[in-house]
Amino acid sequence: MAAEKAEMDALKKECDGLRAQIEAARKAVNDGSMSAAASGVASVGRVQLKLRKTLKGHLAKIYAMHWSADSRQMVSASQDGKLLIWDCFTGNKLVAVPLKSAWVMSVAFAPSGNLVASGGLDNICTVYNIKAASPKTLRELDAHTGYLSCCRFLSDTEILTASGDTTCCLWDLETGKQKVIFTNHIGDCMSLALSPDMNTFISGACDSLAKLWDLREGACKQTFSGHTSDINAISFFQSGNAIITGSDDCQCKMYDLRSDQEVICYQDASLNAGVTSLALSSSGRLIFAGYDDFNCHIWDSLKGEKVGVLSGHDNRVSCTGVPDDGMGVCTGSWDSFLKLWN
Amino acid sequence: MLPTQTETPSTCSLRTFRTQSSSSIVQARRTVQQLRIEASIERIKVSKASSELMRYCGEHAKNDPLLMGIPASENPFKDKKPCTVL
Repeated sequence: MAAEKAEMDALKKECDGLRAQIEAARKAVNDGSMSAAASGVASVGRVQLKLRKTLKGHLAKIYAMHWSADSRQMVSASQDGKLLIWDCFTGNKLVAVPLKSAWVMSVAFAPSGNLVASGGLDNICTVYNIKAASPKTLRELDAHTGYLSCCRFLSDTEILTASGDTTCCLWDLETGKQKVIFTNHIGDCMSLALSPDMNTFISGACDSLAKLWDLREGACKQTFSGHTSDINAISFFQSGNAIITGSDDCQCKMYDLRSDQEVICYQDASLNAGVTSLALSSSGRLIFAGYDDFNCHIWDSLKGEKVGVLSGHDNRVSCTGVPDDGMGVCTGSWDSFLKLWN
Repeated sequence: MLPTQTETPSTCSLRTFRTQSSSSIVQARRTVQQLRIEASIERIKVSKASSELMRYCGEHAKNDPLLMGIPASENPFKDKKPCTVL
């Protein structure tokens, strides 16, 4: 017992030492803020986007949406127990996928456009073939011991999931088995995003931390702190060198991966609502962040200023997405509607 | 949103004190291991990181439809009004 206590004390001392070392290394490269550096950049002015379409069809709160890689189709998930696939050019519904469990929290479109996946309080990620005559369940990925908060396809054969059981997981869709399990968070994982080069991914969790992971090795490479509440939304900056997070603490933050620290914080004294979702415009200059205050606020990512707002929903904005071609923004809400803006 | 967990709960309350302290040691060893990985990375200056992010935005701004605006004739989401031929 004494030996164990001695080892415990030594380990704790080493932990404290390493944490101090990391903080000192971060401070050593912190030679100026992002907003100061961007003071010479021209302002984007007021960004005023128009509502182009309201997509009606769901009968209950919308929890998630994801654009297809073709920038035209989009899938949405609602606790009315359905996934709907929309043609956003016409506003028509193309496919309706009935869910076994109505408590859906996440939905994803495969890059090929052949498959969609969803999951939620059933702890299962279900993959559907939507090119069949009627939507066919391809796989039920059942190993998480907590709710499925987020899922993203790498291809038609691999999918990444994030769960309330505090882990993320890479699955092989041909076998239906787990390939890699990512453990390190100490709170429910709420969101994940794949890097543009597909070698890494980032996760945000209820432990208020964002983590960068090596996809193949399973190792956590970096941890980003600063938020004071659950991180609900996370996204890569298109260059792959920075990440943006949105949290219940009402703030969004940008962390640079190579400086290993927060470089700018997006906050406003008048904004007292949690961030639910976020998406970037194609250049990365604009951040569209959905909030509990029923709005999607638009931020200048470099200067840290609020530059616009998308107003129109009658309840919390739960999901936000920009298609790959950058031609618009889609917001989904607990008011059961999706709106397209540009 | 959902309840925050601050640590993974121990599932077995029947463990002896010795086993509990062993699992704490395993946990502490893992934490040290992880911190060693995170401490060892190379870091670049924030000023360099900022200027590269600014350069990326600058280079891609002219191709960003939401920054530049979209002409009505090329807007895929805009409802097209039917034309009547007089």
